[in-house]
Amino acid sequence: MTFGVVVFPGSNCDEDAFHAAKDLFRQDAEYIWHKDTDLKGADVVILPGGFAHGDYLRTGAMARFSPIMSSVRAFAERGGPVLGICNGFQILLESGLLPGAMLRNRSLKYRCEHVYLRVEQNDTPFTSAAKVGQVLRIPIGHGEGNYFAPPDMLEELEANRQVILRYTDPNGQLGDEWNPNGSVHAIAAICNRSRNVVGMMPHPERACEALLGGEDGRMIFESIVSEMAVR
Amino acid sequence: MRARVFVTLKPSVFDPQGKTIADALHSLGYGTVEEVRQGKYFELDLATTEAAQARALATEVADKVLANPVIESYRIEVE
Repeated sequence: MTFGVVVFPGSNCDEDAFHAAKDLFRQDAEYIWHKDTDLKGADVVILPGGFAHGDYLRTGAMARFSPIMSSVRAFAERGGPVLGICNGFQILLESGLLPGAMLRNRSLKYRCEHVYLRVEQNDTPFTSAAKVGQVLRIPIGHGEGNYFAPPDMLEELEANRQVILRYTDPNGQLGDEWNPNGSVHAIAAICNRSRNVVGMMPHPERACEALLGGEDGRMIFESIVSEMAVR
Repeated sequence: MRARVFVTLKPSVFDPQGKTIADALHSLGYGTVEEVRQGKYFELDLATTEAAQARALATEVADKVLANPVIESYRIEVE
């Protein structure tokens, strides 16, 4: 299978995602420049972390106008799996491919640390290898990861089981002190209604090797690799 | 014509920057400043002399780009 890693001006986790797919999971991987419109035969598209277009105006706001995004949208509408990581998640929100918006972290500080995440749903292509309730330890690095959705949207997200990961303590218990940014309902990751588009603030690509301090991010890549193998 | 677009977080959305600024003002002794909401301000110079047209154009770009309707609202002045 082929991972397509979209590169925007200002992306800075593209090489990490590419490395995880290519070197660790032995899959084909392609960089896709944001001005292109061809997804180069990608079976899965990753929108990586970084500061696309300098994050001017709002995080992810300019990236949605990049030419590649109409191809990504069409790919997602055909059911293609799309993963937005950190800035990639913000881009998916601004593009309307996922519901909601990001606010400045409650603390107003850029938070760069490991967090604990409880897997809420495993019927997405990016969490299928996990058990519901399983706790993952994966790093975050963001200043605007305070997920917000108005009450009616939030209700719909919960009713449709679209919350995929929540910030918890190491035992999977919710607690305000374990929520690094103030996200409503401690939301760290969501999916769209058809469940093929997932956005997550934590960085699984930074947690695939023991050398980097943890391997829990492998679960995300293992999920998609085994999902695609049976398709 | 010039259009001025003021974008602010909706009243229902917590504004941590505004809160921090208000706290700073309080510590400086400005206790009568009850609340601060931080926002963004845009000046659009438009190639039109029609106020209605200018307003319509500013509204369109505010909806499409300048504001995120999930969290923000905006106000437009035209002159």
